Parts: sequence; C-alpha cells; structure tokens
Amino acid sequence: MRRKVIFGNKLLPYLLLAPQLIVTAIFFFWPAAEAIRYSFLRQDAFGISVMFVGLENFQDLFADERYLQVVWNTIWFSFWVTVLSMGVALLLAVLADRHIRGRNTYRTLLIWPYAIAPAIAAVLYIFLFHPSLGLLGRALNGFGVPWDYRLNGDQAMLVVILAAAWKQVSYNFLFFLAGLQSIPKSVLEAAAIDGASPSRRFWTVIFPLLSPTTFFLLVINITSAVFDTFGIIDALTGGGPGNATQTMIYRAYVDGRVNLDLGSSAAQSVVLMIAVMALTLVQFRFIERRVHY
Amino acid sequence: MQRRSLLAGSAGLLSVPFIAPSARAQTGAGGRTEIQFWYGLAGALGERVAEQAQRFNESQDRYRVVATFRGSYPEVMSGAIAAWRAGTAPHIAQVFEVGTATMMGAGPAIRPVYELLGEAGIELDPQRYLAGVRGYYSDTQGRMISMPHNSSSAVMWLNLDAFERAGLSTTDLPKTWAEVRAAAQAIRARNAAEMAMTTAWPTWVMYEQMSSLHDVALATPANGFQGLDARMNLADPIFLKQTEMLLEMQRAGHFTYGGRDGGGGAAFPAGQAAISFNSSAGRAAVQREARFRWASVVLPHHADITQSPKNGVIGGASLWALTSRNRTAAEYRGVAEFYRFISDVEQDKWWHQVTGYVPLTLAAYEASKAEGFYERNPGADAAITQLSRAQPTPNSQGFRLGGFVEIRNIIQEELERGFQNQQNAQTALANANRRADVVLRNFERANRR
Repeated sequence: MRRKVIFGNKLLPYLLLAPQLIVTAIFFFWPAAEAIRYSFLRQDAFGISVMFVGLENFQDLFADERYLQVVWNTIWFSFWVTVLSMGVALLLAVLADRHIRGRNTYRTLLIWPYAIAPAIAAVLYIFLFHPSLGLLGRALNGFGVPWDYRLNGDQAMLVVILAAAWKQVSYNFLFFLAGLQSIPKSVLEAAAIDGASPSRRFWTVIFPLLSPTTFFLLVINITSAVFDTFGIIDALTGGGPGNATQTMIYRAYVDGRVNLDLGSSAAQSVVLMIAVMALTLVQFRFIERRVHY
Repeated sequence: MQRRSLLAGSAGLLSVPFIAPSARAQTGAGGRTEIQFWYGLAGALGERVAEQAQRFNESQDRYRVVATFRGSYPEVMSGAIAAWRAGTAPHIAQVFEVGTATMMGAGPAIRPVYELLGEAGIELDPQRYLAGVRGYYSDTQGRMISMPHNSSSAVMWLNLDAFERAGLSTTDLPKTWAEVRAAAQAIRARNAAEMAMTTAWPTWVMYEQMSSLHDVALATPANGFQGLDARMNLADPIFLKQTEMLLEMQRAGHFTYGGRDGGGGAAFPAGQAAISFNSSAGRAAVQREARFRWASVVLPHHADITQSPKNGVIGGASLWALTSRNRTAAEYRGVAEFYRFISDVEQDKWWHQVTGYVPLTLAAYEASKAEGFYERNPGADAAITQLSRAQPTPNSQGFRLGGFVEIRNIIQEELERGFQNQQNAQTALANANRRADVVLRNFERANRR
C-alpha cells in the first residue's frame, strides 16, 4: 500500500501551482478567448467601428471554395510531411543504431538540420530548386523537365513538403534512436535464436516496441506540420502559386496581418482550435489504444 | 507618473502580445522632443531614410526624429495599427500606397497633413508637389492627407547588349506593346537572353499602370476616390487584351513569370532578362549590379487603344501622422517641422538623386535638371516624364480601394492560374473581379460610419 502525503494547508497547492496557472491564463486562455470574441465581430483595421455579426465570418469562410481548398492543402501537406519525415527518420535511426565506424559523427550530423531556422531552410531549398538560381532546378530544366515551382502548384507543394519534412527528420531521428536503444538486446537475441530474419525481427519485435515513440512523434509531427511550418511556406512560396501551398495557418496570417481582416482571421483561428481539439481527441482515443507501453 | 505609464505600457503589450517596444514620446537629452518614425525600407534605401532623419536632427535643436526600421511595408502598417490600438502608436508611420484607403478611413487615428501644418502655422502650398504624387494622397477637396515621401513609377528596363545580339536597334526603343512583343520574339529567336521578358510587381505594372495610361478605370467610379461603393472594372477590354497578351507570350516562351510582388525584379540586373518592368527606384540596384548597357524608358501602351497615353500612377509610400493619448502639441509640431524639412528643395533634390525616387516637388526636379543630373544619368527622368506628361483624369489620378493589398494578391493569384493553364484570360479576370468585389464590399461594410 502506498503512503499518501497529505498537505494540511489547502492554500499551499494552489499557491505552488499559481505561476503555471497565471502563465497559462495570460498566454493561452486570454488570447484564445479574444480570438473567439473577435470571430463574432466585423471591424475595420483600427477597431474604430466594431459590429457584431454573429456567425457571418464562419459562414463566409465555408462558403468560400478557396478556403475548402486550403483545408485540403493542409491535410495533404501534413500527411506527407509526417509520413516522409517519420519514415526517413526511422530508416536513418535503424541504420545509425548498428555498430558502424564513426556512428557518433553520423548521429551528430543528422541532428543539425533541426537547429536551422525555417527561413534559412527555405533559402537552402531555393538554392536547390529555384528554376534559374537553384542547382537542381537548373539541372531539371536542362534535362527538358519544365520545372518552375513558382508557377506549377504541384511542384510548389512538393518543394514545401520536402523542405518541411527535411527539417523535421532530425527531431524524429533523435527520438527513434533513443527508442531503439531502449529495446532490450535480450529480446532481439531471443528472436534471432528462434530463427527470425532481420526484417521479421524489425516488424514483429522492434516496431511494436517502438510504438510509444512512434505515437508520440505522430502527435508532435502532425501538430508541427499544421502549425509550425509557416516560416518555410512564407519564405519559399508565400502560399502561391494561386493558393496551391496556402495552409490554414498561413491563410489566417495573411487575412489578419496583411489583409487586416481581423474577423475572418479570428474565425479561422477558432476553426483551427476546434481542429486541434478534435485531432488530439482522435489520437488519444483511437490510436493510443493500439500502442504497447 | 512613471509607474502609471509602465502599467499602461504593459497592459498594451499584453493585449497585443507580439508588439515590440512601445513608441512613447520622450523628452530626451538636451530637452529635445522625440518623434518616433517607423519605416519599411531595407538595405541601401533604408540607410537613406536614416540619413534623412539625421539631417533633420542636425538642422535644428528642438526635435529629434528617431527613425526605426520595422520590417516590410505590410509589417510597418500592421505594426503601426496594432500599436495604435494599444495606445502606443509612433508619431509617423511610412505606409505604402496600397494602404492609403485603409489609412484614410481611419478618422480619429490619423492627423491629416493640412491640419498638422495649419496648427503649426506652416505654409506649404500643395501646388509645389508633383501632380501625380499630390493627387494620390489628397482627399476629394484637394487637401493633402498624408505626406509624400518616396514615390516612384514603373518603367521599362531594357538590356541593350541583348537587343544588339538580337539584331534590334539600341536607339529606337519599343514604345508600344506591339513593338515590345516583336522585340521579345526577336530576342527569343536569336536566343539573345535567358528570358525575353519578365516583370516585377505584376498587378501594379500590368493592370494598375495600364489602367491609368489608357484612361480606363480599374474600379468604377473613379477608382474609389468618390467613396466606398466602387466596383472592380476588370471586364474592360483593355484588361482582357493585356491578360491575353501575357498568357500568349508566356506560352510562346516570350514572357517568364518571375513571381509575385518584387520577385521578378532580380532577373534584370543579373542580366538574365532582356526586357523587364520594375519600379524606377530599382535604378540604384541596376547601376550597381548590371554588367551590360541598359536603358530605362517609359512604359509601352497599346497603340490601337490610345495614341496619347495618359500619366502613369505612382508607387512607393507616404508618411502618416498617427494620434495617441497624451500626445502633445509640441510633438505634432515636430512632425510638421519634419514634413517641412523634407519638402525643402535642397533636401528633396538630395533625396531624389541618392535614392532614384522621383522628386516630391517640381522645384527639386527643375533644380536637378539645371544641374545636368539627367544628362549624366540618362533615363533617370523616365518616371517623372511618365508621371507628369498629362493632366491626371479621374481614371489616372491613382487608386483609393479598400483592401487593396488583398486585391493585388487576388489578381496575382488568378493570373498565376492562367499561367498554369488552369483558366483562360476571360475566366481569370472574371474570377479576380468577383473576388475583389467581395473585398471591396467587406471593406465598405466595416468602414461605413
């Protein structure tokens, strides 16, 4: 039986929690509440004339077929960024986990991209893919492939997916590597003695034992692909061509900061808030059940 | 007092968490009144703005203008607006020309130039300023609302070496779109340059300037000058002709789309593009980087639509005086003094010659001409010629459209879809027209008082 520690003072726990609660209230709940309030208002940029419009901002949003395309872009983009960055990271982690010469060097090098600012990452990709400045872009055009991501929406999407996934690989690599190292050698040796082939050992022993790591990374990656890729998209394509690489967070930025339409931008933020809540719920209710801790 | 302002400051910061330090008037060392001035020009031009403030500070001992770079034009504008909402607006914000309608609609937030000057007892005759510049920033009664600061116009840049390689004349340069197309075709046929033609600022050059040159409204009536009820006029044949031409030239490989906004600007100084369209303020960059003979000339027109094109419109930015609680008369006076200083002929002439922007005043133009500045720098007066060659009509005086930044982007987006072969010119314009009208109606609703 566990011994319970009971504080006599009822105030003390709240006092100890207070700093965290205050920070949460000021930096999370207050802005969120403001966003919800703004989403029901229509106002000019300066906030001089403010008008309550009910759900009109939301109606306008969902009546706009371009917003639906933006939602689709976000899903497509996040899916591929997550799949690519996690897949490549797992492959690299498995390779770096083996006994090879200089593996510490490889590991360190693989972590570097994570330390690169999104804008710099985007510039690197411009130097690779720009049709007239980029190394690969020029080569592709030289081979007769009409490559111009500034005008071709699919190519633009490909470039932003690659850049965002590349930047995320390091982070995933680090966690996968740690996960691999925590798998007891005895389990793997037992499987090997039973005659399981390397690929069978991977899929039936290692992969299930990695599932807590994989689940954690899935949550983190989807969230970061949806919310944290603004810098890369802004510096690479600015959401273009057309709306081909505009994601929900990018559109909320453009409408709020550039077009100064605070009502619509706030409504989009509320939509994002609801999406995050739904996503988190789904992940923890349905996917976590399949995770072996 | 200090504590109270600290509290007020922190409250302001909290309600708008991403706003950096507040622009609060302080009486600095030596009893000078400080004037906060936020600008959005980076690089060499930004250095000139800082120098301009310094020249003002050295010219007198009562005011000190503190010029701060606050990011791109849109960032300065949204930053200044957020600061105003938090009660910590700078005294002066540099706002790009497309933000003009939004700023004019901001009644209590701004101090019009004529009011500022009137209160300070400073006489500045509006007639001193170039007509195309003055008109853009004046209200319907002809009173100046914001202070002209850096104005340019779009001009055509030609790589004369490429022209020679293509067997084209380097003295008889294209004046009409038909001649430009023929030149682009010759350049492509002889492979005289990587790109025959490209453009920076696609909406500004290909639609706004063309609307003005051909005396056709971009939005009716009068490009929004008469009120908030303007509607887009992109269905006009001139825009269809222009769009079809661009799409055809792109398909034939005669035109290369260089991206939105300023994206297409780098190809000309790098020698990749033979024909380019860009702001006349790009002159400094071309002068520094170009390793070939070049010329800058007025924009082409469609000869079958007009024989005598009107004036072009300006681009660039103007200065807006913002209000704030507790702002003193001395501070407004300082702003007015700064306005007077930059309108001074000597200062204006200096600004014009070192930046490549057009002079604000006619006198500075005349003085530069008398000095032989345009003989030493041929083509530097192309933008001035283009801005002042005709009496502005209601269709060529400029644009006062709410949400103009968004409208520009809409036109760029629909054009991009045309370049991707997803739609033809007519559909692109119809879509742009419909979407831009929604922006105008929303602005009308939000700003009607």
